[in-house]
Amino acid sequence: MDVGLTHYLIISAILFSLGIYGVVTRRNAIMVLMGIELILNSANINFIAFSRYGGMQLDGQAIAVFVIILAAAEAAIALAIVLNIYQRFNTVNVDDVSKLKE
Amino acid sequence: MNFYDTIFYFFAFVTLVSAAIVVFSKNIIYSAFSLLFTFFGVAGIYVLLNADFIAVAQLLIYVGGILVLLLFGVMLTNKVVSVEMKTGTLQTIPASIIVAMTAGALCGVFYMTDWKIVRSVPQMTTTANSLGEMFMTTYLLPFEVASVVLLVALVGAAMIARRDRAIQNLKPKI
Repeated sequence: MDVGLTHYLIISAILFSLGIYGVVTRRNAIMVLMGIELILNSANINFIAFSRYGGMQLDGQAIAVFVIILAAAEAAIALAIVLNIYQRFNTVNVDDVSKLKE
Repeated sequence: MNFYDTIFYFFAFVTLVSAAIVVFSKNIIYSAFSLLFTFFGVAGIYVLLNADFIAVAQLLIYVGGILVLLLFGVMLTNKVVSVEMKTGTLQTIPASIIVAMTAGALCGVFYMTDWKIVRSVPQMTTTANSLGEMFMTTYLLPFEVASVVLLVALVGAAMIARRDRAIQNLKPKI
C-alpha cells in the first residue's frame, strides 16, 4: 500500500494521543508544555497533509505558519509564568499550585 | 516499496519513537532532548508533504527557539546538582485507557473515512514565493494580527519573567 493521506493522518493521531497522555499524566509543568508542543505538531501535520492531498492549494501551509507563530508566543508566555511560579512557590509541580493568591 | 515510502517510514519511526520517549521517560532532560528528534522527524514529514518552507520554519522556530526555551525552563526550575531530575506521574492507568480509546477512535475515523483525494499530485516546487504572496494578499489581516500577537507576547513574557523587585528587597543582603 502506497503512502498516502491516511498514513500521515494516523501519524498525527498517534502524536496527538501521546501529547494528550503527557499533558494528563505529568506533574511537572514543563512536561505539560512539551505535551502541548506535541499536540500542536500533530495538528500541523494534519493541516499540511490536507493541503497536499485535499486540493486546497497552499492554504493549509499558510495556516500551519500561523500555528507555529502562536506556538512560539505560547511557549514564551508559559515559560515566563512557570518561572514566576517557581520563584513564588519553589516548585513547578502543577498539583501543588492550586492557589491564585497566597 | 519505493524510495518515498522508505523515507516516510524512517521519519515516522523517528517521530513516534522519540515522541514516546518524551512522554514516557522519567528524566526530564531525556524528554527535552528526545523532543529535538521529534521536531526533526516532523520537519522531515513536512518535506515529504511538499512543504519546504514550513519544514525550515519548524527547524528554526521549534528547534532553535521553543526547545531552547524549554531547556532553559528545565534548567532554571530544577535543582540540577542536588535533586535528581525525576518527574512524577499520576493517574497513569485511567489516562492510558482514555488515551488508547482516543487514539483508536481517531485512527478508525481516519482509516474508514473516504477522503476526497486529489489524484494529480503537484510537482515539488518551492513554496516560499507563493506563501509570501498569500501572506501579503489573502492572509494580510491574520498576518498583521499575528505580528501584533508576537510583539505583545514577547513584551509580556519579558515583563512576567522579570524578578520581582519587592521580593528581592526583602531578602537579607550579604
